Amino acid sequence: MPSPHRQRRSRLSGLVPYLFLAPFFVLFMTMLVLPMFYAFYLSLYQERMVGGTIFVGIRNYRTALGDPAFWEGVRNVAMFGIIQVPIMLGLALVLALILDSTLIKARSFFRTAFYLPYAVPTVIAALVWGYLYGPNFGPFTQLAEMIGVARPRFLSESWILWSIANIVTWTFVGYNMVILFAALQAVPRDLEEAASLDGAGPFQFAWHVKLPLIMPALYLCAIFSIIGTFQLFNEPMILRPMASSVIGRNFTPNLYAYSLTFTSAQINLAAAVSFITATIVGIVSFVFIRFAARGSGPTT
Amino acid sequence: MTIGMTRGRSGHFVKEKTIAYAVLGLFLIYTLLPLYYLVISSTKTNTQLFSTFGLWFADDLNLVRNIEALFERQNGVFGRWLANSALYSVAGGVGAAAVATAAGYALSKFNFRGRNLTFAIILGTVMVPNTALVIPLFLLFANFGLTDTIWAIILPSTVFPLGVYLMKIYIDQAVPDELIDAARIDGASEVSIFFGIVVRLAMPGIVTVMLLAFTSTWNNYFLPLVMVTDPRLMPVTVGLAQWNELASAGSGGQALFSLVITGALIGVLPVVAMFLLLQRFWQGGLASGAVK
Repeated sequence: MPSPHRQRRSRLSGLVPYLFLAPFFVLFMTMLVLPMFYAFYLSLYQERMVGGTIFVGIRNYRTALGDPAFWEGVRNVAMFGIIQVPIMLGLALVLALILDSTLIKARSFFRTAFYLPYAVPTVIAALVWGYLYGPNFGPFTQLAEMIGVARPRFLSESWILWSIANIVTWTFVGYNMVILFAALQAVPRDLEEAASLDGAGPFQFAWHVKLPLIMPALYLCAIFSIIGTFQLFNEPMILRPMASSVIGRNFTPNLYAYSLTFTSAQINLAAAVSFITATIVGIVSFVFIRFAARGSGPTT
Repeated sequence: MTIGMTRGRSGHFVKEKTIAYAVLGLFLIYTLLPLYYLVISSTKTNTQLFSTFGLWFADDLNLVRNIEALFERQNGVFGRWLANSALYSVAGGVGAAAVATAAGYALSKFNFRGRNLTFAIILGTVMVPNTALVIPLFLLFANFGLTDTIWAIILPSTVFPLGVYLMKIYIDQAVPDELIDAARIDGASEVSIFFGIVVRLAMPGIVTVMLLAFTSTWNNYFLPLVMVTDPRLMPVTVGLAQWNELASAGSGGQALFSLVITGALIGVLPVVAMFLLLQRFWQGGLASGAVK
């Protein structure tokens, strides 16, 4: 809240907040807003061998929307989001509830250990998991051979999406757990006393009292996870050399935009693909927020 | 009533406790498995990677030899990558924190036209898929000849809208209005108020934002992959990914596997060390963002 002193200061001092905001504003405009407009501009043009760059209106968008390769990537991330996000958040929630309960000791040890993978660069996480999965010297393959069962085919076409899902889950469960844990810490402790006096066990208390109270934090995690899923790039990109036949250049929309730009030099189409992907993320997030707002209304 | 009382806080719940510890234990194994594997593998020669069991040591330890080979490869380019990662992350972290602190202060303690709109836009862009912007940014930078320079990585790394949001919230509760007003009445300049009061009181928040930005720059892959092609400008993530590609392609590159693994271990150490030493800040930063 501003104090009354501020109104009495000279006209020049009205500029002060703008000056503090200026560095961020300049970087924000040049690094975030400008490229967005530039991408939109590019998406409306097409480069021709003959005749240079011409305005083509929505043609790139029609090309992208009618491109089965693009939709295959969208389908991959959609399936990934529908299955991986609930599993990851479910795990994060269970761990956060356990760590917040009075059942266990060494809580900060577990919390730190579970959060640790978040500090590991996704490139390195993907490399290490890739080697663990690997058919050459991967320990799972070695174990399977030792006991004489079929080798797990982590990098095969039918498994690859879930092998990637595992890497993403490994990286982000702890991150989400910490957010949920922080929200749980804000739940008043006297509720717990009351519940235990009523004879509710720790599991009932967690489910019926704590969970509804931290729904907003859970929705926040879900939104961030959905956005992250649509941006999936690093893990498939790193695993590609190890599984080149099953991770195509259009495995995710981001990978597709990347290869359109750098392999086939179709930057205008790539810009349209980026824009459509961002729009899909926006729509999915919006629908999810509306759905979540209704679900957590006063009636429940 | 009495039954409920005896089952109070320090209570029994033996079954529940067993289940809780079992879940935590299983998840702990899952969490540590890749890190354990990374450490074990970094002690093996390339031949041993293929000939010994992956989850246990070979007969002799070759970590030192691997590290030597790692830093000798291609005239010591790995050392260069480490230095690049450090430069980008420190510049990105300090830059992002400085910019976010100033902006967060403006949003927290001043009432000005466009304040709410600015805050709404910042919150909105937290949700914009970031990587969708990288390719357009590359095309834009290419027009100005900025690609393949350190600025192509550092400048975008300083834009951290979430950091502005976190700093605004932090300054809201850490810096009392009365203190600022009193300093103004005493005739302190705006600059000295900012550096003398705001920055000092908001230090824990600033460290949090700096850490978050440092780590996200250290861990970034897509941006530097797109922006630089010169191996002397690559950070560790991009360089290792490239070596992995060579190793997986076979034909002589195979000897690289042990170097990629050793490089991964070394590439992970700075962030993990920082994470462990300063975890109070990490967890604090996330917590304040989530609860509000």
